[in-house]
Amino acid sequence: MVRLITHNLLACHVKGCTSNNFPLEFKDVQVVLRESEFNPDFLRGFIPKLEWPALVGAARELGDTSLPDQLPEMLDDDFLKALHHVLLEIHVEEGIMICPNCKHNYPVSNGIPNMLLAEHEIG
Amino acid sequence: MIPTPDLTHLRPEDYEHVYEPAEDTFILLDALEQDAEQLTSLKPSISLEIGSGSGCVSTFLASITGSSALLYLCTDINSHACKCSAATGRQNKVSLELVNASLAHPLLARLHKSVDIILFNPPYVPTVRDEASGAQNDRDIGGSWAGGQDGMQITDRFFSQVADLLSPRGRFYLVAVAQNNIPDIQRRMRENYALESKIVLQRRAGREHLSVILFTRSH
Repeated sequence: MVRLITHNLLACHVKGCTSNNFPLEFKDVQVVLRESEFNPDFLRGFIPKLEWPALVGAARELGDTSLPDQLPEMLDDDFLKALHHVLLEIHVEEGIMICPNCKHNYPVSNGIPNMLLAEHEIG
Repeated sequence: MIPTPDLTHLRPEDYEHVYEPAEDTFILLDALEQDAEQLTSLKPSISLEIGSGSGCVSTFLASITGSSALLYLCTDINSHACKCSAATGRQNKVSLELVNASLAHPLLARLHKSVDIILFNPPYVPTVRDEASGAQNDRDIGGSWAGGQDGMQITDRFFSQVADLLSPRGRFYLVAVAQNNIPDIQRRMRENYALESKIVLQRRAGREHLSVILFTRSH
């Protein structure tokens, strides 16, 4: 599934495309919201792995403006709940993810991103 | 005893394109169950299964480590397998994050030394060399077993990625058979990537001598 937690971990991997290849930009997306269990310990542990500006940008692309520009120093419950929603409850079901550098299109279908490359694109 | 995931939603048509869990799947489940305490005490954030097929293994892992406690990433080169894995997660109330990809390619840039649990039941059956690459390109069930020379052609490609992905305390579980030359795998992983290993489970299933090898960083 392409939730924003996964989107934050995917980079373009076309041969030679090694800079400005993250985050992938969304286009023509269909989004579904699904509740999931709130686990503050998981979120606290995951924060160091996130690219924060990429997450905030992706959330705003999908119409969610609840996250601040800068990661707050105090991780209170209100913030963690907003983060939980953005990371784990917004599902991109259909659409395209586009590399900002080489413009390669990665389609998303039934919530699954197709990150496969053709033979000549593989590094 | 942790129950095997519910797979009743998968149909015979699914198993025409996706590997049906068998002895090599179950030995990996048993190895994970045996290590349940170590897996939990690791306080993992991310697991990654390569070639998740039916989704049975990652779903089983989630029943040990807790469905909301970590991100369960799964890749498969076969899009049918991706759908089956996701469905198995849903059937068992686990969110598996499927990525249709070869090995971990699109995740490498962002997951440097970040993955706490890596699982791989690879295509380990020795075949002629071209058969393994051809089967991967077909993106169907053949890719789940055809392993090329020594059955190691696809697994070898993943080893360099493991060294990149594994977190400092991370654990990589690999299924192998005797023909893969396990002592040689262990030596190469130590010499090339400084990964220590031990065989955590072994059994004979029909003609196959199956092993689960656990790799960790040496400290």
